[in-house]
Order: sequence, then structure tokens, then C-alpha cells
Amino acid sequence: MAGFLRTEAGKGLALSAPASLYVGLLVAAPLGILVAYSFWTQTYVEIDKTLTWANYLEAATDPLVRHLMLRSILIAGAVTAATVALAYPIAYFIAFRTHKKTLWLLLITIPFWSSYLLRVFSWKLILGFNGVMNSALISMGLITEPLTFLLYNEFAVVLTLAHAWAPFAILPIYVSLQKIDRSLLEAATDLGLTKLERFIRVTLPLTVPGIIAASLIIFIPTVGDYVTPSLVGGSQGKMVANLIQVQFGPANNWPLGATLSLVAMASVGFVAILFVVLATALGRRIR
Amino acid sequence: MSTPVSEPLNKPLSTAASKPRRRPLRFPWLLVYAIGYLIFLYLPVLLLPLFSFNDGTIVAFPMKGFTLKWYAQLGEQDTLLQAMVNSLIVGAVTALVATSLGLFAARAYVRYRFKGRELSEGLVMLPLVIPGIIVASSMLVLFISLGLKPSLTTVILGHVFVALPFAVSIMKSAFDDFDQSLEEAAFDLGESVIGTFRRVTLPIVAPGIVASLLVTFTVSFDEFVLAFFLSGNQPTLPVYIWSQIRFPAKLPNTLALGSLLLLASVLLLLTAEYFRRRSAKSA
Repeated sequence: MAGFLRTEAGKGLALSAPASLYVGLLVAAPLGILVAYSFWTQTYVEIDKTLTWANYLEAATDPLVRHLMLRSILIAGAVTAATVALAYPIAYFIAFRTHKKTLWLLLITIPFWSSYLLRVFSWKLILGFNGVMNSALISMGLITEPLTFLLYNEFAVVLTLAHAWAPFAILPIYVSLQKIDRSLLEAATDLGLTKLERFIRVTLPLTVPGIIAASLIIFIPTVGDYVTPSLVGGSQGKMVANLIQVQFGPANNWPLGATLSLVAMASVGFVAILFVVLATALGRRIR
Repeated sequence: MSTPVSEPLNKPLSTAASKPRRRPLRFPWLLVYAIGYLIFLYLPVLLLPLFSFNDGTIVAFPMKGFTLKWYAQLGEQDTLLQAMVNSLIVGAVTALVATSLGLFAARAYVRYRFKGRELSEGLVMLPLVIPGIIVASSMLVLFISLGLKPSLTTVILGHVFVALPFAVSIMKSAFDDFDQSLEEAAFDLGESVIGTFRRVTLPIVAPGIVASLLVTFTVSFDEFVLAFFLSGNQPTLPVYIWSQIRFPAKLPNTLALGSLLLLASVLLLLTAEYFRRRSAKSA
């Protein structure tokens, strides 16, 4: 044992073990218990440990569950698409059109060093009925009645999340743009491609890995977001995390909550894998 | 002769300097877009401080006048101060534990080649991509099953989990350019393993350690969902803010508190960035 610890492999394993064991245990153990709970049932405070599929049946048949699950995935998809689309030109600008790259990257990341909860809360204040946006538009004389479509719907959720995840889209795309060999672009131009053609056939396909990375980083946590739908979603914008929280909180039905968590995780994983396969194929196609 | 290439600004400086600018002056759409985007990014962040000085309880234009009373009232709220103390404890312990774990792990990843290295490296990054609600709910179930009541301890256990990827990646970049021969030289000159680590390795990666401590502290200090599930009746600051958001009368105080937190987070992370750069430069 002592001999092994003096070897290269031994030292490496020993030094990295605490961190990987910590994460490993805190992923595996809760997941195991979650799985166990999902096959149990709860009546008031008693946990009935008879194994049953009842929770999964309920999750599969309850229209509310299906509705919220689907809505969460659609909203997360919309957030991902909007964030990546809005972020791409910025990443492009920083990679190709400015020499002050570090300054721009810093400017873009600073807002996100503040509390997520507070930023979401701030959007609620901006979009509210008597909020900043409406009062500003009214005092400028642009509208006479407050706009009501701003807050408490899917739009507010998508806007807020597109703001919250912006740097997570900009940075990976910027890195993949930065990696492009500039002589490829010159070659494309010399071979007679217009700027637009060059962008679509050279630049864009080369940044597909960055787009995929950005999309996954945004999509996966967004499906399970709790704060944003709670604060700005209203009843139209509730997502699956709200339902899970209700099971662990007010409704006090942990087995169902555990089942919903697992179903949510499986759905996220499935959609994410599907997305990677499709995006990779598409990236090859347009080249 | 082809049309001028507009993209590669990154060509060697000599060509850019020797040739006159060939691109005709056109409207800089991308620059305008970039500035508009920056406004979008900063709008919600600057709004809180702006209205925290507003002498009125409603957040709307036109503003009423300048006041500092919302800040002054903060000091009188005992539950707020208790939540602040809780957050500071959780943040400090989280930062120390996550940075220590990250320090050793990063050292192993950069320095040694061993079986399972890639698996381990991937594993410690996993907390970044699991939805918060799932981490929170599953940890709550685990801790209750183990007989651990929700408390600051369980929050710390959760926060170390989410802060670890940040610690590992910062420490990895600190070790990345670390010159191995310095350690070998120390050995050859008769230093012990521990002596070498303390007198050679540690001083060189110290800026990285400071950066990691600051970043992991901030991650913990700002984290809400895990703390919401795991804190029981010992709320951290974000959990306290969450409880205050519902009361319109408390809004101005929440704005003042939020502004102070924004300022603290940004200052901490700018300091962290400074140390991170220094560690990259000195290595």
C-alpha cells in the first residue's frame, strides 16, 4: 500500500480521491435514495415501503405533470435558442471586430457575479404592471395604459432566463470562433464565396461544437429552474421545479416528488442526447 | 483580386500597419448591437442600486427623491443580521473545504498520469450540469434518511458540492503553468516533501488559492435553491431575501440589501480575477 502511494498513479489517485469521492457519493447516494423513494408511497407522515409503480403511473397519467414537464422542456428550448441566437453576434463581435477582447469579456461577465435571485427579482420589478418599464413608457408618453403582457407568462420567463444565462452562451461560442484558423476564411474569400456564403459554409459549421456546448450548459439547468418561474412566471409560466418543490414542501408527498425529479432528469437527458445527435448531423450537413 | 477580407483582424500587425485600411467605412452594426446587448445585461443589475436610493416604496418612474433611510433601517433588523452571520459561516466553511479538495484534486490532474483521471475530472465537474432543484431535493431526502436535520451543516455539504467545480478549474489553471523543475530543485537542495510544498509550491499557487477561496465563497453566498431546501430554520441571506420579496412594504429594504450584496459580490470577484491573473502571470 505504502509502496503504491509512492508511485505516480498512487499519488494521483490519493490526491484526487477526496474530491471525486465527495462528488461521487453526493451524486450516487441521493440518487439511490430518490429511486427508492419513488417506489414507496406516503400517507400523511407515514412512509409505506411497499414497492409500487403507483408514483410512476401518476406521473405518466396526471395531465398536470405531463403539461408542466412539456412546458418546462419547451421553455428551456426557447431560452436556449434565444440565448444562443442573441449571444452569437456578440461572440462574433468580440472574436473578429475588436482588439479589446479582455475588456469586452470582462464587461459581459461582471453582471453575472451578482446574485441570481436578485437579478430575477429585478426583472420582476422591471416588467411589473406598475413596474419600471410601464412607468417609464407612460411618463415618456409612448403608452397610456400599462402593458399587461410583460409579466407573469412564458415570455417573462424566457426573457429573464435568456438574460441569466447570457455569458454561458457567449463564452463557449467565442472560444470556438477564436479557434478558427483565419487562413480558412481568406481561402473561402479567394475561392469566390460571398461574405454570407462564407459565414454559412465555413464559420458557422466550425462553431457547431461551441453552439452545442452552450446549448447544453443552458438547457439542462434551465429545465429545472425554480426561481424564475416562481417570481416572473405567474400561473402561465410555472415549470416542473415548482411542482417538485410543492411535493417536498406544502403537499408533503416525497415519493411523488422523488419520482418527478427522476422523470425530469430522464427527460432532460433524453432531449439533450437527441439534440447533440441532431446538431452534430446538421453541422456536417451544411458544410 | 478578391474582395477584402473583413473578418481577420487578427492578422499579424505588420500587414495591418503597412497597408492602408481597405474596408470602406460602413455603419458598425455589430458594435451597435454589442452596446445594446450590454445595456440589456446591465439594466437589471443597475436597477436595484438606483431605486434603493429612491424616497418611495414603489419601484417606478418618476423617482421621488434621494434617501439613505432604507439602508439605515437594515441595521435594525435582527433576523437579517442573523441570516447574514449564517451566510458568512456557510460561505467561509464552503470556501475552505471546496478549495482544499480542489487544490489536491487539481494538483493530481495536472501533475500525475493515472488510471481513472479523466473519469475523476469529469465527475467533479458534474455538479455544474445537474439542475439545482434535483440536487436540492435529492440531498434533502438523503440527509433526512441519514438522520441529519436541515441546518447550516447540510447547507455547507450541499454548497461544497456545487462550489467544487469552480475550485477545481481555478486551481487547475493555477497549477497548469507551474514549473516542475522548481520542486525538483528544492528536493535536490535537501527539502522534504512537505517543506517543498510549503516553501516552493504553495507560494507560487497562492494567488490561485485566494482566487478559488473568493469565488467559492461568492458561489455559496449567492446560492439560493439548495439553501432553500436544506437550511431548515437557519436561513441564509438569499433565503431571507426570498421571504422578504413577498412583502411590498419591505421592498425598499430588500432593494438596499440587494444593492449591498451586488456590490460585495462584484468587489469579491474582481479581487478574485486580479489574483487569478496574477497567478497566471507569475507561473
